[in-house]
This record gives sequence, structure tokens and C-alpha cells, in this order.
Amino acid sequence: MGHGTGEVLPYPIPSPAALEPPPEWESLRSRCPVARVALPSGDEAALLTRYDDVRQVLSDPRFGRLLNAPDAARLSDTESGGLFNSEMANTLPQSGAGHQRWRRLVAKWFTARRMNALRPRIEAMAEELTAEMVATGHPADLKACLGFPLPVWVICALLGVPDGDRDRFAHWSDTMLNLTRFSEDEIATAQAEFSAYMAGHVRAKRAEPGEDLLSELIAGGELSDAELVATGQALLVAGHETTANMIAKMLGMLLAERSRWERLVADPSLVRTAVEEALRFDANPGLGMVRYLGEDVEVSDTVLPRGTTVMCSMAAANRDAEAFESAEEMDLGRSPNPHLAFGAGAHSCLGQALARTELQVVLEVLLHRVPSLALAVRSGELRRVEGLAVGGLRELPVRW
Amino acid sequence: MKVTVDQDKCCGAGQCVMLAPEVFDQRDEDGVVVLLEPEPAAHLEAAIREAANVCPAAAIELSE
Repeated sequence: MGHGTGEVLPYPIPSPAALEPPPEWESLRSRCPVARVALPSGDEAALLTRYDDVRQVLSDPRFGRLLNAPDAARLSDTESGGLFNSEMANTLPQSGAGHQRWRRLVAKWFTARRMNALRPRIEAMAEELTAEMVATGHPADLKACLGFPLPVWVICALLGVPDGDRDRFAHWSDTMLNLTRFSEDEIATAQAEFSAYMAGHVRAKRAEPGEDLLSELIAGGELSDAELVATGQALLVAGHETTANMIAKMLGMLLAERSRWERLVADPSLVRTAVEEALRFDANPGLGMVRYLGEDVEVSDTVLPRGTTVMCSMAAANRDAEAFESAEEMDLGRSPNPHLAFGAGAHSCLGQALARTELQVVLEVLLHRVPSLALAVRSGELRRVEGLAVGGLRELPVRW
Repeated sequence: MKVTVDQDKCCGAGQCVMLAPEVFDQRDEDGVVVLLEPEPAAHLEAAIREAANVCPAAAIELSE
């Protein structure tokens, strides 16, 4: 299939069930490591599914994800092509020294020390949301009760943005991350509203600084107003949609087989490795990560020519038997676990320490407070959100 | 075991600090790795190997 036979695979590849990987991943990894795929826009890309290849391309310092070259593929079926060619994407430095400088300015907020300091507050919020969920009674939607509100609260606190505006963020974020649901007009309107909102917030913080990331970036004087707005938007979108969805997916995976949950209840010291394994095992990760090749690159004995748009499937790579023993099994104690859920190299997820902290805290709190937690539906009845760049479940119905 | 870190490659993920805080720290101003102990004690070896293995930037090198 795909490369070499002239066939082009529609991408993303549909999956048989919400928590299951597409069977195609295995055949792609073994027989077609570089595959021709058609994105939702209809444009073509080269899909990589092997661990070594995905790791290599993602880590390569020469390439970035900006898809603004004339021969770059568009992700979604809109004129601009969506997320990686938005105004936000075009404003922030994407590679080289400029990128490293920007990244390090923001990275100080995501150090292990900061995360350790933040942890008790995240725990307190998780406890509160869990108690509310339990008080309201079951069945409950864990995504709506805990999975979504917690990361939003955290990133809003980090940015000094009012948590009460979160429904607006959810909509704006959706228009940026959903590749099929919205029209060009709806996306443009949302982006304009979002930019205006963030610009207003930057002005307010300049006038009255707080103890948050944005205030500090403003005070540092190193970023232009446009860069400040883009940074705020990027963090807001990246800081909640991804984690919110991952919380629900993680609990979905852990509850889908009783033995997994019970193993954790019996031994909560496994939380750290269980979170990593959930990240590795996630079969609904969304699109993957793109790279535009400014030069020829060789992967798996194939030359990808300059001008190719590459789609890296970290989730397929995470199940590569060449890289992971018993790759198709969920081992909650797996260690080491060099999965690619956060990418690799200089562009690996900036917020990964925060994501890890939130996932660990949620799991700890639920194991402690709701050890009898279970799915309220059969795992096969769980439904995916369609079209989302980051992958998620529509809801996670639970009981206890 | 001898440990070296490449501060230019470091992407600030912080896993090394979480796994082996006796050996790795991060600079406050930018999250870049700081090596606290280039020749760590034997009992830390397992944690250090894991840190090197999972570092997203492949910034940790080990030698005997």
C-alpha cells in the first residue's frame, strides 16, 4: 500500500474502536515505512511509522513544522491549511537560535522545580473537582468533571488569564485544532477574537503586572507584542486541549481492563510509570507531528526529497516492536519508556513536565478518593472526537 | 560511571531532574540541565541510565 505502488492512503487512518490502534500501523511499520498519504486537505504527505525514523526526523535540527512554503501540504481543507500555517505559527521563531532563545524564555516556567512547587495547588484543585463529581453522583462524565477543567484552570493560572473565560478558550482552541468541523470563515473569526482577547490581556498585564508567565515575559522586554500574543495563544491552546484529552484517554485505557486499575490501586507507586505507559499506548493521538523538509533526507533506505511534507506518527512509532518489548501490551511498570508522545529533540513538547505532573496528580487523587472507579459503559462504546488534531474521547462515562 | 550533558542540545524537559535529582538540576533562568555529579555513586546508576534513555534531546551521555 502507499509508497511505491501508487496508492495513496487517506489520513488520518480510521480506527476500529476508540481505544484501539488501526491495524494498518503494523503493516505500515513492517512493509511500508514511508507511505504516501492524503491529508484532509487532499494534499499529500509522507507518513513515517517506525520508531527510529520518527525519532530521527523529529529530532533533526534542520526541519520545522511551519508549512508556509508554496509546495508545503495543507493540513485542513481551508485556504491557509490550518494550524501550522496560522498567524500564530508564523509569528514565533520556528528554528535555530531564535527558536532556542524564545523557548528558553518560556521554559523557565516549566522546570521540575516549578512543577514541584505547583503540584500541591494542582492536587488541591483535583481533589475539589473529584469531590464535586462524587457529590453529584454517577454515572458522571470524567472528561467534563475533571479532565477538561483541571488543565484549563492550571494554564489560566500560569498565564494570569481568568478561568471564567474558559468556554471562550475552548471554542477558539477547537477552531484551531479541529481540522474538519469549521469553515474558513468560522476559523478566521475565532482567530481574530482570540488575538484581540490576548492582545487585551497583554495590555492589561503591562499596566498591572501579576506574578504570572505573561507578566514576566512582558517585563523582560525581549518579545514583541505580536510574539507575546502568539505565545499566550500557543500556551493556552497547547496547555489545555492536549492534557484534557489525555486525562480522559488515560483513564479510559486504565479502566478498560479491570486488572490495570486494580494493579494501580494495590500499588500506587506505579503512577509515574503508568502515566508514561498511557502516553505510549495512546492509540488516538490525533494527527501526529509534521515536518517540512528543506533538504533531502534519507529514512529507512528511502530518500525523501526536499519539499516533502512529512507526517510523523508518534503513536504508531510508540508501538514499534523494534523499540519496545511486548509493544502491543500495556505494562504499567514499563521502564525505561522512551516513548515519543511528546516528540523528540529541540522541539519536544515544552509543557511536558506540566502535562506529566497533571496526569500523575489526577491519577493519584482518583486512586485514593475513588478506588472503585469503573467505566459506566463498555470500552467498545467509547467514542472519539472526530477531526481533532490532538485526538480525544467525546466523553468518559464513569461510575463508582 | 561517568556522566556528561550537552547543554546546547538540552530542551528543558526536566525528566532527568525528576529521576535523579542528586545528579541533575536545571538552571532557573531557562530550564537547561546542570550536571551536579559527573561521577555519581553506584546506587544511582539505574536512575541515571533511565534518565539518559528517556531524554528527548539525547543530551545525556554515559561512559564507564
